[in-house]
Amino acid sequence: MAFELRDVTARRGGRPVLENLSAVLPDGASCVAGPSGAGKSTLLRLLNRLVDPDEGAVVYDGGDVRARDVLELRREVSLVPQLPALREGTVRDNVELGPRLAGRTADVERALTLAGLDASFAPRDATRLSVGEQQRVMLARALALEPRVLLLDEPTSALDPAARDAVERTLLDLRERLSLSYVLVTHDEAQAQRLADTVLHL
Amino acid sequence: MTGTSVGLADVAGALALVAVAIGVSLWERARLEGEIAVAAARAFVQLTAVGFVIKFIFERDNLVYVFALVAVMVTVGTFTARRRARRVPGAFWALFTALTVAAGSTLGLVVALGVFDPKPRFLVPVGGIVIGNAMTASAVALNRLGDEVRARAREIEATLALGATATEAARPLIRASLRSGLIPLIDQTKTTGLVAFPGIMVGSLLAGADPVDAVRLQLVILYALLGAVSLSALTAMALTYRNFFTPAHQLRELPEDDG
Repeated sequence: MAFELRDVTARRGGRPVLENLSAVLPDGASCVAGPSGAGKSTLLRLLNRLVDPDEGAVVYDGGDVRARDVLELRREVSLVPQLPALREGTVRDNVELGPRLAGRTADVERALTLAGLDASFAPRDATRLSVGEQQRVMLARALALEPRVLLLDEPTSALDPAARDAVERTLLDLRERLSLSYVLVTHDEAQAQRLADTVLHL
Repeated sequence: MTGTSVGLADVAGALALVAVAIGVSLWERARLEGEIAVAAARAFVQLTAVGFVIKFIFERDNLVYVFALVAVMVTVGTFTARRRARRVPGAFWALFTALTVAAGSTLGLVVALGVFDPKPRFLVPVGGIVIGNAMTASAVALNRLGDEVRARAREIEATLALGATATEAARPLIRASLRSGLIPLIDQTKTTGLVAFPGIMVGSLLAGADPVDAVRLQLVILYALLGAVSLSALTAMALTYRNFFTPAHQLRELPEDDG
């Protein structure tokens, strides 16, 4: 099993966002679905330790995530946030960032292609792309780390239906080709059904 | 006329020009009369008080008093800068260290170079200039850092999510904050002499120094100032940026104000 939440309580600003939650997210494709404010994003951020639970434990691959090297964990379990937040610079600078910090060289072309962009994007100014393109660069940034698990926070919420369908095809394709696991957060029940084997309702 | 002896009557005479300012304000209904009067009165009281303190220190001619006065200036400067860096956790000791580093390095340098003898007459005014500038630059830099962390929280977390350390995630913000802290002094240094005569040069000229000497002295101070102020802004940030993060490279939940 990939992730297990054991009696997790997480608070933001003193208010509990998740309370005594226990759940299992197996390998493969799983979705976390629920209305806004249900703590979906917080749950995702718990999985790669962008936040820690106030009570309870998050288990990944049989061990508490807090027992792992946090930087290695985030390289193996990569999160793509809901809205693009690229660094100033070119698309290449952004895609190379994660591997460079890990002391590896990035295959920028491969990551861009997997994310549904082509190599011609590499020299472009990242902050001048459309939101949909920026979101794909965010995906490419995460893929460049060659993670085992992708954490996707409402990856299509800022996109129009055509762009959404394209991203969904990309995700299904990635799963097929790379046997990549992902945990996807969505408020869209239909999307959860289209993309996941397991759906966790909050 | 010696150019260095000013009586109280001369000061009172200069009040005529304050009266002009008040007159302008009244005439234009700018409603600044009160503020102008308060400013003039405060300048009189504060400078007179400082004058007595400095006179006391100069007469004793003992470096212990210089040390004490510099410590007081660093402390007051720290409190002043702290007020502008409210949104930065742990700013107080960072600023205190930064201002101490600035004052210590500059005073050490000018004495080591032999520009000045280690005497109160020289060390007190130079210390004041350095601490004042370091205070402004560090306060601006930290204030900007507090704003940047809040405005760019998403970008910081997105970078952390790629396995970046807190230091790597904060680097673009530190760069931007350092720039905003230092650019005013750099611009001032670029235009010095063209737009305004800097203080030390003015002081030396009024005291009857040779213009070439006055300029050289000013240059030494300006260069020392650039170095010391950069160092203080960098110190203040190096000692605080990590407070925005947990040891596990997580961005802390930030209150709007840290009091």
